[in-house]
Amino acid sequence: MLSYIARRLLVALSVMLTVAVVSFMLLHLSGDLATAIGGAESSAADIEKIRVQYGLDRTIAAQFVDWLAAAVRLDFGRSFYFQNTVMELVGERLPVTLKLGGVALLLAVAIAIPLGVLAAVYRDTWIDRLSLLVSVIGQAMPNFWFALTLILVFAVGLKWLPVAGNTSWQHFVLPAIALGYYAMPSLMRLTRAGMLDVLGADYIRTARAKGLSPARVVFKHALRNAIIPVVALAAVELGFMLGGSVVIESVYSLQGLGQLAWDSISRNDYPVVQAVVLIIAVFYIALTFLADVLNAMLDPRMRTRE
Amino acid sequence: MTASILTPSAPSGLALLPVSRWRRALRRVLGHRGLLIGGVILGLMVLAALLAPWLTPHDPYAQDVTQRLIPPVWHAKGSWEHVLGTDKLGRDYLARLLFGARVSLVIGAVAALISGLIGTTMGVLAGYFGGRVDALVSYVITTRLAMPVVLVALALASLVGGSLKVVIILLGLLLWDRFAIVTRSATQQLRDAEFIAAAQALGASTSYILLRELLPNLMGALTVVATLEMAHAILLESTLSFLGLGVQPPTPSWGLMVAEGKAYMFFQPWVIVIPGVVLALLVLAINLVGDGLRDVTAPDGRN
Repeated sequence: MLSYIARRLLVALSVMLTVAVVSFMLLHLSGDLATAIGGAESSAADIEKIRVQYGLDRTIAAQFVDWLAAAVRLDFGRSFYFQNTVMELVGERLPVTLKLGGVALLLAVAIAIPLGVLAAVYRDTWIDRLSLLVSVIGQAMPNFWFALTLILVFAVGLKWLPVAGNTSWQHFVLPAIALGYYAMPSLMRLTRAGMLDVLGADYIRTARAKGLSPARVVFKHALRNAIIPVVALAAVELGFMLGGSVVIESVYSLQGLGQLAWDSISRNDYPVVQAVVLIIAVFYIALTFLADVLNAMLDPRMRTRE
Repeated sequence: MTASILTPSAPSGLALLPVSRWRRALRRVLGHRGLLIGGVILGLMVLAALLAPWLTPHDPYAQDVTQRLIPPVWHAKGSWEHVLGTDKLGRDYLARLLFGARVSLVIGAVAALISGLIGTTMGVLAGYFGGRVDALVSYVITTRLAMPVVLVALALASLVGGSLKVVIILLGLLLWDRFAIVTRSATQQLRDAEFIAAAQALGASTSYILLRELLPNLMGALTVVATLEMAHAILLESTLSFLGLGVQPPTPSWGLMVAEGKAYMFFQPWVIVIPGVVLALLVLAINLVGDGLRDVTAPDGRN
């Protein structure tokens, strides 16, 4: 088990390093940064000055090593656009995105698990079909459009919730639904598939034969075993949602990490873009690692395998 | 993000008589409700995209400021002149919708093709050779999965400048992961099959074995992944266009139509409802076809 974790950790760390290289390369090899910072109208002398000032006159490798050495200490340099350091900007925005992602995941899980259990227990009935329909629609709707439609219905039409902004908890309801609906179908389908597997197992038949109530069999005996992969998938989905929240944040004007990345992209603020891509990737890698370990710990076959 | 796991129960009782393979396949397709519905919707949309110039008398680019934001025909103020109304520049909405279908379908198909080539190459090589090649490919897949697609696509599109061509290439370069994962495991299962061993014994070259023996056996799985990735690419294109870094105006793209309608949606909700519904319908149809093909081609569905 320990050696499994150690191996996964090694892979996770080297993937992080590769992502760091890629995100650094993407933005450095694609154009002349000094010109981008100075603007098209600045003179050659000005651009040269900027090049030296930002250390862009050194080799790419030297720039990367410096950037990475600082990045490990969570120092991503200064924004090209603001006077703040990148970390100050990120620190201000990260809580908003984490809150949004967390609430969205909770919502998705709160709907996906009961629906998946019901769909499996009442297989091939209308409940099963309805849950399939809900998930098929969820996978087909573009999430920016779903977000706008929620605004039209619940903010403009019914006036239950605010249109946009992030000053109160009510502001997070619609964005969390919009983001969570995206993650819900796969969680629901995995719950259903897992439950179908488990419900056919011998120990469930035994539990039923012992005369335990159906609810007890389903929730205490079956769900406990079916939930392991769902929890792991939920962790991975959270990683996806942090990366995909840019769309939802822009629709609802939530000042989160995604919005920061998008704004920074449009004003060529490369240090911020790089940092956000790397931070979101690190979150994703950490969550995937967590999911792997969780699966391994809860699964006795994995626990003993070497 | 994950492919659907749930599969509706396979049609049974078909092919009782020894009919030709083709007819049996056709029966199974027709016997699968999801596949049938998805196929019909997708077929109609492809047809509408192909026949766009003949289905509407209007030019999707023709602006007319005197005809701005006319509501669709079912509204009191609507007219049959513009069945789905007009946008903020007075362009006919139906014409833009029809020509927008071309953009979505072309982007989806070509992006799926490019990513299919990349992913299949990686997956087949990893699955067939195993060892270090496999370790390398798996590592690249893991790294790719860790990169946030939307953000990376946005950053690259802004550097290169958004356009139809850029969107297609970007999505093609980003969406190969599922192709690689699926072909890798399928190849691993086939690697030790007897027909491969036979070809090796006959002295066939590796490229012959991979292309002529192995690849035809992957086509079923590849078709399924290709449909799902096509739907994925269409959704991502609309997202990029919505955020202003995908297809550029005045090209009619459904995502762009939603973005352009956003400012007017409070008073004219149809400007975002119409393109959104059509987009969801197209993606739904492609997903239904993909899920259906998986059921129909799955060995256990074969009676």
